[in-house]
Amino acid sequence: MNRIPTKLKEDKKLLSIYFTAGYPSLDDTTTIIQNLEKSGVDMIEIGLPFSDPLADGPTIQASSTQALKNGMTTEVLFDQLKDIRKTVSIPLIIMGYFNPMLQYGVEDFCKKCQEIGIDGLIIPDLPVDVYHEQYKAIFEKYGIINVFLITPQTSMERIHFIDSISNGFIYMVSSASVTGSSSGFGEEQTNYFKRIADMQLNNPQVIGFGISNNETFIQATAHAKGAIIGSAFIKHLTNKGVSQIDSFVKNILN
Amino acid sequence: MNYNINEKGYYGEFGGAYIPEMLYPNVEELRQNYLKVMAEPEFQKEFNQLLKDYVGRPSPLYFAKRLSKKYNTKVYLKREDLNHTGAHKINNTIGQILMAKRLGKHRIIAETGAGQHGVATATVCALMGLECIVYMGEIDIARQAPNVARMKMLGATVVPALSGSRTLKDATNEAIRDWINNPVDTHYIIGSVVGPHPYPDMVARFQAVVSEEIQWQLQEHEGKTNPDYVVACVGGGSNAAGAYYHFLENTDVKLIAIEAAGLGVDSGESAATSVLGKEGIIHGSKTLLMQTNDGQITEPYSISAGLDYPGVGPMHAHLYKTGRAEFIAITDDQAMNAGLELCKLEGIIPAIESSHALAVFEQKKFQPEDVVVLSLSGRGDKDLQNYIDYFKF
Ligand SMILES: Cc1ncc(COP(=O)(O)O)c(C=O)c1O
Repeated sequence: MNRIPTKLKEDKKLLSIYFTAGYPSLDDTTTIIQNLEKSGVDMIEIGLPFSDPLADGPTIQASSTQALKNGMTTEVLFDQLKDIRKTVSIPLIIMGYFNPMLQYGVEDFCKKCQEIGIDGLIIPDLPVDVYHEQYKAIFEKYGIINVFLITPQTSMERIHFIDSISNGFIYMVSSASVTGSSSGFGEEQTNYFKRIADMQLNNPQVIGFGISNNETFIQATAHAKGAIIGSAFIKHLTNKGVSQIDSFVKNILN
Repeated sequence: MNYNINEKGYYGEFGGAYIPEMLYPNVEELRQNYLKVMAEPEFQKEFNQLLKDYVGRPSPLYFAKRLSKKYNTKVYLKREDLNHTGAHKINNTIGQILMAKRLGKHRIIAETGAGQHGVATATVCALMGLECIVYMGEIDIARQAPNVARMKMLGATVVPALSGSRTLKDATNEAIRDWINNPVDTHYIIGSVVGPHPYPDMVARFQAVVSEEIQWQLQEHEGKTNPDYVVACVGGGSNAAGAYYHFLENTDVKLIAIEAAGLGVDSGESAATSVLGKEGIIHGSKTLLMQTNDGQITEPYSISAGLDYPGVGPMHAHLYKTGRAEFIAITDDQAMNAGLELCKLEGIIPAIESSHALAVFEQKKFQPEDVVVLSLSGRGDKDLQNYIDYFKF
């Protein structure tokens, strides 16, 4: 049974944290995951680093470059995660760009995810229509949920289409931006959050991009099921290392 | 066999639009409009007028007598080097700036490697009075100082790309990120037949004027519209796409694509994408690209900054895969010597990119009666320092 839908049914606002696998050090992956779960995080996005992360701002770019220098690869990541389900029970999602998955083989990738106990994938540069036509059957065969993004510019019609082919949650990008760029949400974003909430979609929404602290977490989850923090957590890792994850999460959840 | 794009935006299995959702509205707006806009008589008129009066088209198709004699075949040079700003790049930027205006955009972004496309973009932005931001790798900024100065004189803002390997591929990433951050008022002028659909097709159509002219010019020279060979260098592939365009479906015309081998295809310092690349996704397009086994994009090398790209346009990936075009890799040394030879034989200093194409004559034997049209994509002014350093003039 996939852990994402079960988690989404819990009667609380969800905190999801993104980190780049292989950063700060190559072997931090499992420690970070375990510490995040212990600190009360609901869901984790494990970033598979890519040389050319188009949708990411400087913070995640730099962590990806460093992770690759540290020696992170798809094989290494899968190897690090092979026993993760012995200690961790919250939903785990791999977020990465399409080319490394394509080189690994999309079917092999999904199969490996199932073996390890990865629940979902977020692939920003795999377009919805290509997924729908070419890869949906493979994902379903291995019970992997594919999570799609929407943005303030996404048309109503397209949102409904995305909702119709989603079976976990919809990743709502908070503003027209790459990761890590915004500071605080204004009226424009709040209106967008409300507009989407009012659409009464089948899939719950989780908001990401630009969430960095308790205030933005509360603003985002006022209109959505949960929120995702990425760049702010990477910055925390850069400054404080992996030992003080607990204090970071406490500050968000307050 | 069909060698041009299909209605879904693919050349065979290559192409498509592998873009984050954040780019979808921009790219979709362009996809829905580009053919319609290009077909408007007003657009055509303005485009052709500017190509004529501002760019200086048609560019001559010059019979290179001494070069022909040396290699015992008939060589015609398509003189894109004589265009305003010194290369074929301006054909595309003129087209795209008119497109941007039709779409109501008033902020223009571009990527550049050597700076040729950056200069061509800055030029048309000055012409139209539009804001221009050019992304350029920090390393390229240092090695292409004159073009950086040109862009600044033309009023453009040059933003250094500090991420990754700080060259063309990273400048392209930064331009794409800018477009994500500015989805409404901005048009991204891509400089070659790369990127997500519809870019490869749109850029190829703007460059297609090159082969359109070759047809009637050859008619004047030779009494026939079709050459036996068309030769062009391939970085992303735009000058080649333009030179091939009207001959794509006519297999009597043989197409030769020249890639940069750098220090040698097996040296680890090369940009010969067709040999070293594997199918994958780069900058929103499924194509051939140089990458690790793990799918990380690798950094190419060539003495020519304009050929120093780890991918190739999807049209060319298809031409390679189907065997429609013959791909030949030329090293730095072969290119530099061929460039110098053209100076001595014809009094033309070519861009180092074009010098790669010229090196074909040392690699491949043509028949005396063969008509070989070679795309002389640019002039060598921008490369003077490279030539000086190489030959120690
Ligand atoms: C003179 C010249 N030729 C060729 C190229 C390579 O680009 P493409 O393959 O798109 O024609 C460049 C790129 O900067 C150039 O400046």
